[in-house]
Amino acid sequence: MKPNLQQYAKVTGETVIDHLLQLAEPLKGLKVVHVNSTRMGGGVAEILNKLVPLMRDLGIDAHWEVIEGDDTFFQCTKSFHNGLQGNVVEIPKSTLKAYEATNEKNAEKLCPILQDADIVFIHDPQPAPLLHLCSNRRGKWVWRCHIDVSRPYRPVWKYLRNFVTDYDASIFSLADFAQLMPHPQYLIAPSIDPLSDKNLELGEEELNAVYSRFGIDPERPLVVQVSRFDRFKDPVGVIHAYRLARKFVPDLQLVLAGGEATDDPEAKIVLNDVYDAANDDKDITILLLPSDAHRTINALQRAADVVIQKSIKEGFGLTVTEALWKGKPVIGGNVGGIQLQIVNHHTGFLVDTPEGAALRIRYLFYNREQLAIMGEKAHRFVLENFLITRHLREYLTLMLDILEGSRERIDLK
Amino acid sequence: MPENQNERTPFVVKDCALIAIATGEKAQNLRELRDRLLVIDAGSIYYHFWAGRLRPGFDDPEYNNDFASWGRHALHDGKIAERLGAIDPKEFESLEDLRHELIEVIEERLDESEMVPWAKSDQQFNFLTSQIVVFTTKKSLEHPKDLVDAIPRMSVGSIFYHFIDAMRRTPNKTDDFREWLSGFNQKYAGLYDEIAKLDPYFQTLTQIREQLSQIFKSYFKRSSK
Repeated sequence: MKPNLQQYAKVTGETVIDHLLQLAEPLKGLKVVHVNSTRMGGGVAEILNKLVPLMRDLGIDAHWEVIEGDDTFFQCTKSFHNGLQGNVVEIPKSTLKAYEATNEKNAEKLCPILQDADIVFIHDPQPAPLLHLCSNRRGKWVWRCHIDVSRPYRPVWKYLRNFVTDYDASIFSLADFAQLMPHPQYLIAPSIDPLSDKNLELGEEELNAVYSRFGIDPERPLVVQVSRFDRFKDPVGVIHAYRLARKFVPDLQLVLAGGEATDDPEAKIVLNDVYDAANDDKDITILLLPSDAHRTINALQRAADVVIQKSIKEGFGLTVTEALWKGKPVIGGNVGGIQLQIVNHHTGFLVDTPEGAALRIRYLFYNREQLAIMGEKAHRFVLENFLITRHLREYLTLMLDILEGSRERIDLK
Repeated sequence: MPENQNERTPFVVKDCALIAIATGEKAQNLRELRDRLLVIDAGSIYYHFWAGRLRPGFDDPEYNNDFASWGRHALHDGKIAERLGAIDPKEFESLEDLRHELIEVIEERLDESEMVPWAKSDQQFNFLTSQIVVFTTKKSLEHPKDLVDAIPRMSVGSIFYHFIDAMRRTPNKTDDFREWLSGFNQKYAGLYDEIAKLDPYFQTLTQIREQLSQIFKSYFKRSSK
């Protein structure tokens, strides 16, 4: 279903929508093209699926193009991703050549479209070389980096920097990710869509169905972590915290929900460690859900009393945003974007150890009134800061700024 | 209270949107913070005291400027946090004066410290600046009493523009509400004085909106008796 602006007014209020309409007024008819590497799956596609129709709804001539590549290309860009996040990766020269050749091939098809655009948004490293390949461009080109590049593996960043440095601007999700570059670096935090299957309100029946499907007792306290089975998400640490907390909350149940184990050998190893740590405890439910199980994830987050995201490394942590939106205090790892979202004693608790997580679980179940107050604050915090309408507003502001030439302030008549 | 005869000029409600921009300048310890402050663009100092309020963030901050907050949460130095947090930017004529005060406070702390406080590498201070886009809403008010209904409906962007941004552009460095009221001669002197007591620095935008609303509501309730 294509989103439209008026549907969001019911969630955010009319003022927010009026705000968007007025900001977009001078941008009407502007040709804007987004380019990324996939139309399905992944956070970037998810956000473009919403942003592009909403921009069109505002009168902007927005388009979305996707580059095509073979396995070698995607292996290369996966290595870029890992390298930008700080992992040491060695990429053979032949693979880099394949990356550049794939972009050259895509440029043949895309350049006529991109050169004609007023603003081009290139998402992530996959299509980054297109800038140099489209020499007759007339508009402004912006590189949107969705990856945590706060501490990149330098050889990978050094290679990619050549492709992105000549853009007119770049966008990063957090200030910590910004790099030294000769153009403005805008900061736009990610967002969630309150009307998507993952976040919309669910009826009682759908929640009950999840309880019975997974054998969860709705009468007993429940903590949930939704995350890939990845060491950086510390699922074994969550089980440790659950065991410690159970001494004080004896009826406690734990759900660890993540994606199905893919052909990623690391994910399988972590999952085995999780099963070993769970040791057939009947009150620990380990779920391997398909990537499109959005409503199930939604129901699990809503069924939880408290949500955990005990990451030891995290870009932004949209699962935290999703849980806060559902009025759940979140106990989260004291890292990355989680620190922006969890305000101790207000929207949840930041912790550094399983012991810290256990302490906070115990606190929240012994202070049910406080749990409810924090849940309300958590919901309001996301409503005011992390919905897609704010994300769209910042894109519009950026577009006005970049077209006006970055004056100190822009007064729209 | 300044006077000028512009009783017929309506109050045009404006709004603004902000986008944050990273300068690329960072500091990892208190000395680096001092060194960057010596040269950073004044717009960045404005951002970390005022404009950052329009960025996503929690509406009940422990400190009202980012330097103090960083002192507490990244440097874990309570003294510098409290001293920086006590700086009231309204007391300074210009951002350059504010810059000097910040540097003064930091140098005092450096002088008395045996070791320079450091932050972890993932908790560096990132100097940001911002771009503001101002636009006119469809609302235009003829009479001060109209603000009783209008203020609670204003976005935080409107509150920022009319109450905080106004300090940089109005001749008397006040807010747009008082500037407008001053055009009605002394008729609203009481209301003007009430608004003048409102301190924008130690309050969030939502709190400013609530308090302004209360001031207008109470004033016109009293004056109708």
